[in-house]
Amino acid sequence: MAKTLTQEFVKGLWEEVPPFRLVLGLCPVLAVTTTVENGIGMGIATTFVLVCANTLVSLLRNIIPSRVRIACFILIIATFVTLVELLMQAFAYPLFLALGIFIPLIVVNCVVLGRSEAFASKNRPINAIADGLGIGIGFTLSLGALGAVREVLGNGTFLGMEVFGPSFVPFTFMIEAPGAFVGLGLMLCIMNFIGKK
Amino acid sequence: MGDYIVLIIGSIFINNIILAQYLGACPFLGTTKKMETAVGMGFAVVFVMTMAAIITWVISTFFLTKFGLQYLRTIAFILVIASLVQFVEMFLRKSIPSLYAGLGIFLPLITTNCAVMGVCLININEEFTFIQALVSAISYAIGFGFALILFAGVRERIVLGRVPKPLQDTSIALVTAGVLSMAFFAFRGMA
Repeated sequence: MAKTLTQEFVKGLWEEVPPFRLVLGLCPVLAVTTTVENGIGMGIATTFVLVCANTLVSLLRNIIPSRVRIACFILIIATFVTLVELLMQAFAYPLFLALGIFIPLIVVNCVVLGRSEAFASKNRPINAIADGLGIGIGFTLSLGALGAVREVLGNGTFLGMEVFGPSFVPFTFMIEAPGAFVGLGLMLCIMNFIGKK
Repeated sequence: MGDYIVLIIGSIFINNIILAQYLGACPFLGTTKKMETAVGMGFAVVFVMTMAAIITWVISTFFLTKFGLQYLRTIAFILVIASLVQFVEMFLRKSIPSLYAGLGIFLPLITTNCAVMGVCLININEEFTFIQALVSAISYAIGFGFALILFAGVRERIVLGRVPKPLQDTSIALVTAGVLSMAFFAFRGMA
């Protein structure tokens, strides 16, 4: 093992942070980041699926025949997504309603399948957990950051609290679809700019 | 009949699957660097999305709802889509090799295209009848292909321009997608 557990964990936070460095799993990123709360909720749900799926895939990596591996991975991921769906329906109903069809769509989030295929199927369970946690937390933070930008500019609030006072006119462009694309594009630009130095 | 026209226009323009509903953003960015790949992906999606919508509608209505198994929806749908994609791939390779050569590489990518699964879920959530589900799937797929081809055209021009270094590639593509999405935004006045 060339990399230690900490390295596996930390790489998900900056070096390979999903929606920015690996341009994967964009749909939920664009769709649910209208508020910080939704963004983080989605991030946590995805992290849970990512860690569980990574663990199970890694445990079964010597049993799954390589020709049908993608189908097996998808089945494993779908199982955990269903679990998250039912758990959220039971314990976080408002969030469940706000995220709508994007919870079942975690199944087709390329980040999750990508980690199963590229990492978990080749590494020990403990490394796979570290990798899943790192990527998941990186994903959550990115969603939270984009959610913060869009909520503050588009709605004048942060986590539901007023930021600018009553005279602020909300920049509604940011919470609509075009704002999502432009916001993510500019954040990617800033990341590239910092990364280059 | 009027309802169907509203549904068709609504699905292609007003609720465009990529630019207004944010589904299928990965292939939208991944396959639009060249016009040919965008066209190929567009056709592959029309094909798979229509078939997937038909099959998932039947499964959901006649099996899952009938036996009270709605919670298995996610698993059932993804399995249907994954096996459908495999089947279509094998079928095309055997019987229509020319089409396979065109669409071949895009088919496996469709399994993880959230637009396909998204449309199936929308059809069920909206409680569409069979014909409505079919019409909406075809219209959404056309809207998907339409957005892909438009965007590919724009991106082919961007390559020729001088883009600042940090903005290059995906970053400028996203900002452009935002502008395109703004254009589609204008269709909302029609709703």
